[in-house]
Amino acid sequence: MFRKKKNKFFEILIEWMLRLSGSATTIIILLISIFLFTEGWGLFKSSTVEKGYVLCINKENKIKNLTPEQIKEIFDGNITSWKEVGGDDIPIEPMRMDEVIGMFSEEEIGSDFEHLPERLSDVTAEHKGILGFFPEQFIDIKFKGKVLPAETISPKDYFGGKEWFPTATPAAQFGILPLLLGTLWVSLGAILLALPFGLAVAIYLAELANPTVRKILKPVIELLAGIPSVVYGFFGLIVIVPMIRNVFNLPVGETALAGSIVLAIMALPTIITVAEDSMRNTPLAMKESSLALGATHWQTIYHVIIPYASSGIMAAVVLGIGRAIGETMAVLMVTGNAAVIPHTFTEPVRTIPATIAAELGEASVGSVQYQALFMLGAILFILTLIISIWAEVIRKEPHAE
Amino acid sequence: MKRILFSLAMVAMISSMSMAQKIKGSDTVLPLSQHEAETYMKKNPSARVTVTGGGSGIGLAALIEGTTDIAMASRKIKFDEKMKMQNGGKTVKEIKIAQDALSVVVNKTNKVSKLTREQLEGIFTGKIKNWKEVGGANMPIIAYSRETTSGTYEFFKEHVMKNKNYKSGILSMPATGAIIQSVSQTPGAIGYVGMAYVTKDVKDISVSYDGGKTYVEPTVANATSGKYPVVRPLFYYYEGKSEAKVKPFINFVLSAEGQKIVQTTGYLPIK
Repeated sequence: MFRKKKNKFFEILIEWMLRLSGSATTIIILLISIFLFTEGWGLFKSSTVEKGYVLCINKENKIKNLTPEQIKEIFDGNITSWKEVGGDDIPIEPMRMDEVIGMFSEEEIGSDFEHLPERLSDVTAEHKGILGFFPEQFIDIKFKGKVLPAETISPKDYFGGKEWFPTATPAAQFGILPLLLGTLWVSLGAILLALPFGLAVAIYLAELANPTVRKILKPVIELLAGIPSVVYGFFGLIVIVPMIRNVFNLPVGETALAGSIVLAIMALPTIITVAEDSMRNTPLAMKESSLALGATHWQTIYHVIIPYASSGIMAAVVLGIGRAIGETMAVLMVTGNAAVIPHTFTEPVRTIPATIAAELGEASVGSVQYQALFMLGAILFILTLIISIWAEVIRKEPHAE
Repeated sequence: MKRILFSLAMVAMISSMSMAQKIKGSDTVLPLSQHEAETYMKKNPSARVTVTGGGSGIGLAALIEGTTDIAMASRKIKFDEKMKMQNGGKTVKEIKIAQDALSVVVNKTNKVSKLTREQLEGIFTGKIKNWKEVGGANMPIIAYSRETTSGTYEFFKEHVMKNKNYKSGILSMPATGAIIQSVSQTPGAIGYVGMAYVTKDVKDISVSYDGGKTYVEPTVANATSGKYPVVRPLFYYYEGKSEAKVKPFINFVLSAEGQKIVQTTGYLPIK
């Protein structure tokens, strides 16, 4: 009697523990995604110009505002006249703090920078074409120039921008279009390469291989999934990158194609395992009736097994894409990480995970770059979420007749 | 007896605690500081020095917050960092402890062996696209840089490119070793690495900072004598008030023995 009661108590306890771990996992995942979004959302409230600094112009200058792109082009010396940004035909004189300090002696500025506001004011008044990039705290009420109004980073610039210069001063460029397209491009290439191979191996394992070969081959393929991605990346950099450069006679071997090949190898175990499992789930009765009707083995595979397993195969493909999109280290080492919009597979690309991995460690916490990287993380999260849901939906579809 | 022992232990603990100092910052300076700290602690068993990396910016931020005694930096303190120290009522002291020279490297098959600063600026900003424009073969230039957050990236941009931005198609590599590997296997490649990292798989380039009048080879001798221009100083920053605490260690780093460690770590001594 007592024993029975004790057993029941344990059963309830275990049940509750299982329930608890289930909900704890859900809550943790929810908290992580909330964290991602809250850290990233601040981006659209941040100023386009570096924190603590302002852009100043001469009083007579009619310019009202400048886009981050224009600011960068001016300081890079690619835009040289105010006319090009809608002002008068005067050459632009971009000026940074250090240059102004270099113009004066230490006494003129003061040991505690106490005369600096005056100097900045004078310089701005004297130079008609000036575009000054000065610390906000040295701009006082007596400042004889105009301060350009601070603008916040717009979602349009972020999602539609074509340039990624997260540490450029005065205005960093956060255009994620090259990164997003780079990620999708590399993943697309990976899946195009991995699908035929993966499917072939899956069919071979499920139908053609004899049991001994299958017993050895399957664990070996699953072992591929256990190799650290850095090792794949290293292999890619030393072997695949020079190979691609020689085969296609390219100036540079670090290309989207190199990333796609490495990712294809990495996605193979997922594709093979899931596709093979679903093929082996084909009821024996269906296979046998097909053979009994006089169909050859290949006809049975093509007309019975593959249609039956089609939803499983699709799920394998989608899971493979998911694996490819989120992969970081291997891609970081072989794609060259150039933030340009890709047009062919033989160009360098930069992916979202590689960008986050390379930059987050050194970005100062809470800075605009930090927020921009978290926003990238959120975008990646949404991408893989869509893919996972897609895979779930496909897997639950009824089997083909 | 027990009591005496106990109080002795207490005294020893307190004195060792007062000697403990934290060093934080640049990953470039990190291996050097670690070697220095090891030797220093061997010589002074009572001293405790803990060294951690994270980057120049992180080290200086820690110094501003007062969570580290010495900040290591591979760049000069920025104007706004200095302002933050001043606003907190602190004075910041700067000590140059070593130098690091950057070598510009190309593939071994490349005929070009010298470039001016202006040409380097053109190559890395994307205005010069082919090697034939700088006296080489007709082959596109593939420029490699470090990642945007690295101190080396910033130094090269400020010093060689006069604050212009890199071209957007620049290939950025996560580590120095990866740059060497890529340059060694790509005929049209150009990149920059710390002088200590140059291997025989790549070729280093003589650089001119006076418009092509004199080209200087990147050798240790030229860099130490100041002839080679692409040299960056490595710094320790500390707060004026904690001078007494950090001085013994800094003096050791600046001593002949400490500077010898600088050399064996692959950097240039300051004397």
